[in-house]
Amino acid sequence: MAVVTASARKSPALAHGSRRARGPRRTPPLVLAFVLLPLLVESVWVFWPALQGFYLSLTRWDGVSAPAFVGLGNFREMAHDHVFLGAAGHTVLWLVLFGGLSAVLGLAAALLLQQERRGVGFYRAALFLPVVFSLVATALVWQAIYQPDGVLNHLLASVGLGDLRHAWLADQDTALYAVIVPALWRQIGYVMVLYLAGLKGIDPALYEAAKVDGASRRQRFRHVTLPQLRSVNAVVLSVIVIDSLRSFDVVWSLTRGGPYHSSELLSTYMYSTAFQSLRLGYGSALAVVIFVLAFGVIASYLVRAFREAE
Amino acid sequence: MANVPHTTAPRRRRAATAGFHLSATALAVLWLLPIALVLVTSVRSFDDIAAHGLGSRPRSFTLDAFRQAWVDGGQQRALINSLLVTVPCVLVTLALAAMAAFGLSRYELPLRRSLLLLMLGGNLLPPQILLIPVSKLSELMGVYDTLPALIGVQIGFGVGFYVFVLHGFMRAIPAEIQQAAVVDGAGPWQIFWRIVLPLTRPALAALSALSFTWIFNDLLWAITVLRSDTKMPITAALIGLQGQYVSMWNVIAAGSVVAAAPTVAVFLRFQRHFVAGLNLGAVK
Repeated sequence: MAVVTASARKSPALAHGSRRARGPRRTPPLVLAFVLLPLLVESVWVFWPALQGFYLSLTRWDGVSAPAFVGLGNFREMAHDHVFLGAAGHTVLWLVLFGGLSAVLGLAAALLLQQERRGVGFYRAALFLPVVFSLVATALVWQAIYQPDGVLNHLLASVGLGDLRHAWLADQDTALYAVIVPALWRQIGYVMVLYLAGLKGIDPALYEAAKVDGASRRQRFRHVTLPQLRSVNAVVLSVIVIDSLRSFDVVWSLTRGGPYHSSELLSTYMYSTAFQSLRLGYGSALAVVIFVLAFGVIASYLVRAFREAE
Repeated sequence: MANVPHTTAPRRRRAATAGFHLSATALAVLWLLPIALVLVTSVRSFDDIAAHGLGSRPRSFTLDAFRQAWVDGGQQRALINSLLVTVPCVLVTLALAAMAAFGLSRYELPLRRSLLLLMLGGNLLPPQILLIPVSKLSELMGVYDTLPALIGVQIGFGVGFYVFVLHGFMRAIPAEIQQAAVVDGAGPWQIFWRIVLPLTRPALAALSALSFTWIFNDLLWAITVLRSDTKMPITAALIGLQGQYVSMWNVIAAGSVVAAAPTVAVFLRFQRHFVAGLNLGAVK
């Protein structure tokens, strides 16, 4: 906390100082064009559509006739929409399970593989390899594993747990969890890489000092490693929340949100509402809900970036 | 007693090393097993899988499934579509991002920080809020269901993130280099092209590897602005394959291998850039 307030206090002063020292300088037209062209492209494809998206959330629209303004009607409808409430619940569960487990397991993998030693490059690459697969390919790999005659059921039968055999993706009670596992398989390597870089940045002298003071391995982890990883934790948290709310591909390829919406997330529900039921206004309103959920994280990410850009 | 520490310390270290390799190997096997499984399944015959089950020991070897996925399943065309989208996207996005980052980091533009954050913020938006307007916008511009629509939206949505990362990188270039170039009479273009870009090469390499995989692996934008099967990139085609060859697991597995091969190749070839790219984006 101390670091944060110190830099926040310092930054305005710094900005003033540099501006006064260099004074206003004419910007070459080429440089202006350099900045404005990308901004224009992003405005056309992102900013303008985003504004439209917010407006459309206040309308009822089938995509053919003109959108009819209904105010907050779409949001009122959500309160009674059981599929929406279920999807919102699943999204929170997804955030907690997918996010929490990928952070904890990614950190554990990084701790295990942090030391440079023989073979460690191979282990890291193995854990990281799924990160480069598309979520669709990942999903299909796991779909084969989950089949009634697939490897998972074979394994269960061969260790005497045949009673647990299951049509994992077709059962309402297991579908959501069965979808989280492939997503985790792919995410853990990514989080591990972030933590590996964070661990590398910790000054070894801190560990030496702690050791001299007689700190046990566990104490060193709690009082040296974890506090030193604070900034990486913040990054991992933003990555996880943003990724969780975006999670679409893996669910869409495995279950399309089914059976009976049991693995429905807000992102899949939004897509099917908009592009299959053609309820574009209600779909936009669902997208706004996703935006609101992500807003806190986006804002804090931007605040950190703001300080960084100083 | 004196030599007891001598013998136990190496022994303990050896035990620790063995323990490390044991647990790390177990982890690696767990991670690689699904990949091995899909590779094995892709070279089995359909009859073998149908008769003995997906989880059984393989009893056949054939590359038939690859031919089916590649030719009948339309993966050849899909892979070409993917490359037609991905390669221009990577090049144009990074070019645009480098330009904007150069302007924002090396010149005293008004509102430069706000512009930078605005561009980054656009990339952090959940894509869902953009899907409907973007599909309508591409209809309006007459590019709906064409690859340029997909290229356009990928560039527009991605550029903000790369601007942010490259800005951080270019900002670190000492001002003296630029001042010396100005004294020598270099204009902004020369400073950009001859000085700043060459110094930014490591970051550009890292971001290229990263953005190649991201764009290549995308599904959501593709199914938002494209409709015809013949125009779909490989990820969407893979979902089509899944519907077309229901429970023909060898074909689906072969399709997955084809879809994953290019990014795995990029990863293996540019592994260091790749990991560096992930960290550039995050830990900065």
